[in-house]
Amino acid sequence: MNWSEFFYMNGYAFYVWGSYGVALLVFAVEIAMVRHRRQKALRELRLIRDEMGDDRTGETA
Amino acid sequence: MAINWFKYSAPTTFYGLAGKLIPVFAWPAAILFAIGLYIGFFVAPTDAVQSEAYRIMFIHVPASILSMFVYLIMAGYAALGLIFKTRLSSMMAQALAPTGALFAFISLWTGALWGKPMWGAWWVWDARLTSELILLFLYLGFIALQASIDDPRRADKASALLAIVGSVNVPIIYFSVKWWNTLHQGSTIKFSGTSMHISMQQAMFAVLVACWLYAIAVSLARVRSIILEREANTQWVNDLPEVRSVER
Repeated sequence: MNWSEFFYMNGYAFYVWGSYGVALLVFAVEIAMVRHRRQKALRELRLIRDEMGDDRTGETA
Repeated sequence: MAINWFKYSAPTTFYGLAGKLIPVFAWPAAILFAIGLYIGFFVAPTDAVQSEAYRIMFIHVPASILSMFVYLIMAGYAALGLIFKTRLSSMMAQALAPTGALFAFISLWTGALWGKPMWGAWWVWDARLTSELILLFLYLGFIALQASIDDPRRADKASALLAIVGSVNVPIIYFSVKWWNTLHQGSTIKFSGTSMHISMQQAMFAVLVACWLYAIAVSLARVRSIILEREANTQWVNDLPEVRSVER
């Protein structure tokens, strides 16, 4: 079996790759959203800290 | 070695534990997913009836199973939060909902792409498909209800009731192919055994376990953000190194 035959999926390429492509895309988007949510939460926490004048920036990056 | 498990039911300690556990679940998930797809595409033989289209099964079946199980776990956590007023349980329910919804979406999407070449239709109002669609709506309703109530504790209570009442739908999905005459086929894997080729079973099992581990890892990552959001005005959150340092 060669690669073009593999990707052709005996005529079912659209259905098979459409399934796996979207599933993997969903996982990738979910991981990106979770990372974004964490960054947003941390950003807001730092904002709260700065606004409250809480000067506990012991470890500077 | 005695471990105080109750210690981890507090958001304070669970936040750190969850952070340590994420890679423990995420890496095996990625490896098992790759193994499952390798077996599914390169080892498993072409099906005599469905040709190559049957390979959609290796993602469709695990995603469908996960969509149902995640719902039951979510409803279980929501119920615990409702009964025992444990904050972390409600946060876990909130963290599981988007993942469950996405698995329900993948189940429906891959089902449509499988149904079209096999049944000649993207969608039919069959009992299995309709009840799975209702499951997706229940997840979306849970997320929307939680988001629409400002007070998190009240939001937890209202959404917990929705989750518990909605869990009646899960056995309906599961038994739909037995109770009604559906276009959707019955279970291929039964407790009494299966007619599937061994490599097909291996591929599906590997992807199923990978999806389980993925769901755990991504929910743990999400619950950490939920803890930060909900405990924003506490001292321990302010003392976290990732909050104190500018970037991490």
